[in-house]
Amino acid sequence: MFRLQSFHMYGIIGSAILVGMASVLLIKHFQIKTLPGEAVVIPTKKFHWGNVYGGLIFGLGWAITGACPGPLFAQIGSGFGVITVTLLSAIAGTWVYGLLRDKLPH
Amino acid sequence: MKLLFHVNSIGTNYSIAIYYRYLCLDVLWLVIMDFFKQPWPWYVAGPLIGLVVPTLLLIGNKAFGVSSSLRHICAACLPANIPFFKYNWKKESWNLFFVAGIMFGGYIATQYLSGNHTVNINPQTATLLKQQGVNDFSGLLPGDIFSFQQLLTLRGFIFIVIGGFMVGFGTRYAGGCTSGHAIMGISTLQWPSMVATCCFMIGGFIMTWFILPYLIQQ
Repeated sequence: MFRLQSFHMYGIIGSAILVGMASVLLIKHFQIKTLPGEAVVIPTKKFHWGNVYGGLIFGLGWAITGACPGPLFAQIGSGFGVITVTLLSAIAGTWVYGLLRDKLPH
Repeated sequence: MKLLFHVNSIGTNYSIAIYYRYLCLDVLWLVIMDFFKQPWPWYVAGPLIGLVVPTLLLIGNKAFGVSSSLRHICAACLPANIPFFKYNWKKESWNLFFVAGIMFGGYIATQYLSGNHTVNINPQTATLLKQQGVNDFSGLLPGDIFSFQQLLTLRGFIFIVIGGFMVGFGTRYAGGCTSGHAIMGISTLQWPSMVATCCFMIGGFIMTWFILPYLIQQ
């Protein structure tokens, strides 16, 4: 993917975004309700500098492990038991972020 | 066995029609299974992932985002009085079932739907990796880096432990990962998610081009 020798992952992410976008537009246009009958609310994301710093750190890790959080679970299911260690380490990373949150620039 | 049953059932014109119908179903089944056992093209896999967004919204206003599960696990198991982990994680427990489903899906796909072929990567990428000493392309991950034996080497420790830590720390610091920002965020036209996604990509490119070649050769 990051070698730009394969289109596969770009196709997956790009088409997932297009389908997601189209379905959100349809939900809004026809004011489709949720199953329990509530109006659909889309949580807004506020910008903070963590989007940049955290994004870069995640990007570096993504290219090492070959996985964002979702595929970590899929890889474990696929039979790579050792990825449970990666997952535990990712949980530890989240925990350390929670611990240092007030000291980090946002 | 099924086919024998069909043959025995030939007798009248009526049962020939039934036989023909079963045969069609058999062929259809083989074609479907053959499709499932191939690696799915991006234009099948991508839209299916995209459909998770409206599905979760319509089930009950749930936002697609996998990395949140890591936060809920922290909140459930080791909150340690940290304010960031003091919230009602049980309200978000659907997210934990969701990731359990991903794990189960990985199991089903590998056990029942994979046709024993090697991972489908560009031959040029494979050549490059072989030059760097990676030779196992049989599964989702190269076993010559990602295995319990390798965990005790410096290289294995960096790929498995340090890499995982960066994924967990970075996604929470960024407020989401490829699902929460790139798919959910951009789908709903939120520019902070676009910024975060660009930073994911920049980080990925820097690692792959400038750092990874040295790490692999450790």
